[in-house]
Amino acid sequence: MVEDLQLKDRHTEQRLFRHRMLVALAGVVALLCVLVARFYHLQVINYEDYRTQSDENRIQVRPVPPTRGLIYDRNGTMLADNRPSYTLSLVMERVSDLDATLELIGQLVQLDEGDVNKFRDRLERRRPFQPIPLRFRLSEEEIARISVNEFRLPGVSVEAELVRYYPLNKLFAHSVGYVGRINDRELANFTDEDVRRYRGTQSIGKVGLERSYEDVLLGEVGYENVETNARGRVLRVLERHDPEPGSELTLHLDARLQQVASDALGENRGAVVALDVKNGGVLAFVSKPSFDPNLFVTGISFKDYRALSDSLDVPLFNRALQGQYPPGSTLKPMMGLGALAAGVIDRETKVKDPGFYRLPNDKRLYRDWKRWGHGKEVDLIQALTESCDVYFYDTAHRWNIDGMHDIATSFGLGSRTGIDLPIERPGLFPSRAWKRGARGMPWFPGDSLNAVLGQGFVLATPLQLAVMTATIASRGTHFKPQVVMAVDGIEQPPEVLHHVEASEENWDLIFEGMESVVYDTKGTGKRAGKDLDFRVAGKSGTAQVVGIAQGEQYDSEALKERHRDHALFIAFAPVDDPQIAVAVLVENGETGGGVAAPVARELFADWISRPVEETARASAEKREEVVSG
Amino acid sequence: MASRDFMHRLPDSHSSLSRPVSLSRRWHIDVPLLVLLIILCGTGLVVLYSASGGEFHHVRRQAIFMGIAFVGMLVAAQIPPDMYRRWSPWLYVVGCCLLVSVLFIGVGAKGAQRWLEIGGFRFQPSEALKLAVPMSVAAFLHKRTLPPSLVSIAGALAIAAIPAVLIVQQPDLGTAILIAASGVFALYLAGLGWRMIGGALLALLVAAWPIWLWGLRDYQRQRILTLLNPDADRLGAGWNIFQSKAAIGSGGLYGKGYMQGTQSQLDFLPESHTDFIIAVLSEEWGMRGALLLLLLYVLIIARGIYISFMAQDVFGRLLAGSITLTFFVYVFVNIGMVTGLLPVVGVPLPLVSYGGTSVITLMAGFGILMAIGTERRRVSF
Repeated sequence: MVEDLQLKDRHTEQRLFRHRMLVALAGVVALLCVLVARFYHLQVINYEDYRTQSDENRIQVRPVPPTRGLIYDRNGTMLADNRPSYTLSLVMERVSDLDATLELIGQLVQLDEGDVNKFRDRLERRRPFQPIPLRFRLSEEEIARISVNEFRLPGVSVEAELVRYYPLNKLFAHSVGYVGRINDRELANFTDEDVRRYRGTQSIGKVGLERSYEDVLLGEVGYENVETNARGRVLRVLERHDPEPGSELTLHLDARLQQVASDALGENRGAVVALDVKNGGVLAFVSKPSFDPNLFVTGISFKDYRALSDSLDVPLFNRALQGQYPPGSTLKPMMGLGALAAGVIDRETKVKDPGFYRLPNDKRLYRDWKRWGHGKEVDLIQALTESCDVYFYDTAHRWNIDGMHDIATSFGLGSRTGIDLPIERPGLFPSRAWKRGARGMPWFPGDSLNAVLGQGFVLATPLQLAVMTATIASRGTHFKPQVVMAVDGIEQPPEVLHHVEASEENWDLIFEGMESVVYDTKGTGKRAGKDLDFRVAGKSGTAQVVGIAQGEQYDSEALKERHRDHALFIAFAPVDDPQIAVAVLVENGETGGGVAAPVARELFADWISRPVEETARASAEKREEVVSG
Repeated sequence: MASRDFMHRLPDSHSSLSRPVSLSRRWHIDVPLLVLLIILCGTGLVVLYSASGGEFHHVRRQAIFMGIAFVGMLVAAQIPPDMYRRWSPWLYVVGCCLLVSVLFIGVGAKGAQRWLEIGGFRFQPSEALKLAVPMSVAAFLHKRTLPPSLVSIAGALAIAAIPAVLIVQQPDLGTAILIAASGVFALYLAGLGWRMIGGALLALLVAAWPIWLWGLRDYQRQRILTLLNPDADRLGAGWNIFQSKAAIGSGGLYGKGYMQGTQSQLDFLPESHTDFIIAVLSEEWGMRGALLLLLLYVLIIARGIYISFMAQDVFGRLLAGSITLTFFVYVFVNIGMVTGLLPVVGVPLPLVSYGGTSVITLMAGFGILMAIGTERRRVSF
């Protein structure tokens, strides 16, 4: 064995070394061949694959969100605008240390816990390489601070995005509504087509027109191929398909009238709906109290939301559309017309009113609101003027619930009006079938007495009352109420849902009665026509909030403010050629004639006094401006 | 001492009488090696300029380091190999002491303590050991009969193992393995028996499973898993390899053109100016460029092997051979890692990757190689 050699033998040693080195050299050559083969494998055999990978790396197809359609009132006043807003976003794949990055950002811009928590929520459901917004509405100064520190913030970017803005703030919150960030539930309900259309879009209509016209407001998404670096910074746009902006909405609503209605309600809770008698267009749609829809656009803070949702006044509740109230005496003109048409009563029918009404074989007293009654010979005109309850008790007794249900239905009560606003409530007008189904009880004659006065089971939204009023004003033409007048300048045709058949004489009689409500010395709605140079027709109503037990006296002082009766008033004007029909509800306002009628008057004063030609011309001019601008 | 020096000079003085000593020989410069190194360093700077996105900052610093390193190499070349042999134990002991002190007073980043800071100047003691270990093993074996006896083998292995174990503690597994390998190369070249080698490989294979379970840290295991399945975690641990393979592969045969590599210029490639610089070259210059660079390395290695063949004594042969083979291992490990053949360990591409310490150590090694190659011939009967 070589190991046994004791002498240092230079030649043996050298030979041994050379032998070892040659073996090593063979190893080196073999390994070099491995490397060469590897290069060949990567750069020649799989060249196409890697070429594609590297292109996919740098070229990204980026959705270009469309600009959302603008919303104008009938005169071209902007109700919903898009404004640039600067959003701080993070691409998680490019952020090396999230906590450190968030801390650093916190030193540069104001960042509260809510922002961070919401950001972490968004992280849960992100797509790869999707920028996740952290802070919205950066100020100029904050943008500057971020860009100076950009090199310390890999994966962080400031992006300009167009964000919805409602310049008139609270005024249209319950009609135009608002958009908000797309949430989990909405995302879960997205179809594949929705997923495509909303690529790059962060918000979706949540409430109001923004929701019901979401499809036309959204527009069509565009795409661009961009070259980005590894930190996601876009270096250049290689190719671009422009998005199509969403359609523009022009509303029947009138910002000035809306303001008048809102001011007239003052600090009261309530609702005002004004309709164009000629086509069912919604001229004013107010629910008070209201709220600032801009709070919701980029995500409302927890504090703000709690303030709105915990308020006793429930500002988020759309009273005009969803508030279901007993309509009370405001149903009397309609009921009178129905009874006339059915031949139950006529002009000459007279009823004795001792202050109460009693059904045969029933001990129960049905009270008139006026303790000692309205006199011995009350006719229809007087019954409407003074809102005589006993007259209508008698009418109901001689009539039947089926006839009452039919007429109420043809005026739009008891079912959704079909307005182009989402989440409408249907109200209720009872029938025999309904009572059997819902309550498991037969119809009692007393039920009819409640129904004719809009009490008991009857519920209606202020919008339904406005539709009913407009149907009376147009002598039977029941239009579907519409908020939107035109989409992208194309007029939306009015839609007649029903025509109530009645003779001209009967209509005249109802008109006369309602006019008398406003102008007779004993009329309950005199304040609706005060100092106006045209004639107004109306009807007051009072709806009980708390039932009064038999034999008990009504004592408003003893009731808490929120248990007071709701005040209602319906009216239209001018009587000779009705233009506008209004329904006013003032919660806990107590008297329809005292509190609600003046609100209607303010609307008439503003609307009818406006020269028709001028408004039409102004709106045409505004439209041209918008188109050319 | 004096008599020995005289004896050594005798044959040279004889030859110097017959023909004039060339300038390069007088200054102990191996011209082919010098030329190759200059070409390699030049290439390195050109690639580095592109890898740093067309900015001079890194290139300027690297050029300064290279200047210092060349001077260092020339100085190292002037020292006679015998002196290295006699100094190597001291160098080794001092190096190991520094390694111990790194564990206590070292500074570092990313959870590793690798540097000593003295008067504001930072250095890595493990770099010095890259030369001290092969030198010490060669010196140790120089005095012994070869092929090495069991005692010699045990001694040589101990010399290589002590610093390696200390460096593993930092932790810096990559450097530790390379340093141990340089010692083992010297031992192998000294004539370690094949049966020993086979037995050692077998033992390593058997030990692999326990090492995997208890010897490795989580991040090291993760790197190896990533190597086996890089697509599993493309955005996490697999990102580097995924991007470097895309860079190299998309370069094709002819490359995308200098400064035109999308992977490197758009920052998809991580560590593009340090460990992954070969990917930049391969993307921009294609397979053509990669093979030319390989060729440069091959020529340098060939020259190193030639020098080791021509060396005057055991020490010179073993040291030159070990330095050359270690150099090749650097090249192979780096390229293997960037092309996805080996796990990601922090080994730079010699003389091309940005990094001053590595350049200086490597060039000092080539200085020693030149010293061995230009040693005056002794009488051999």
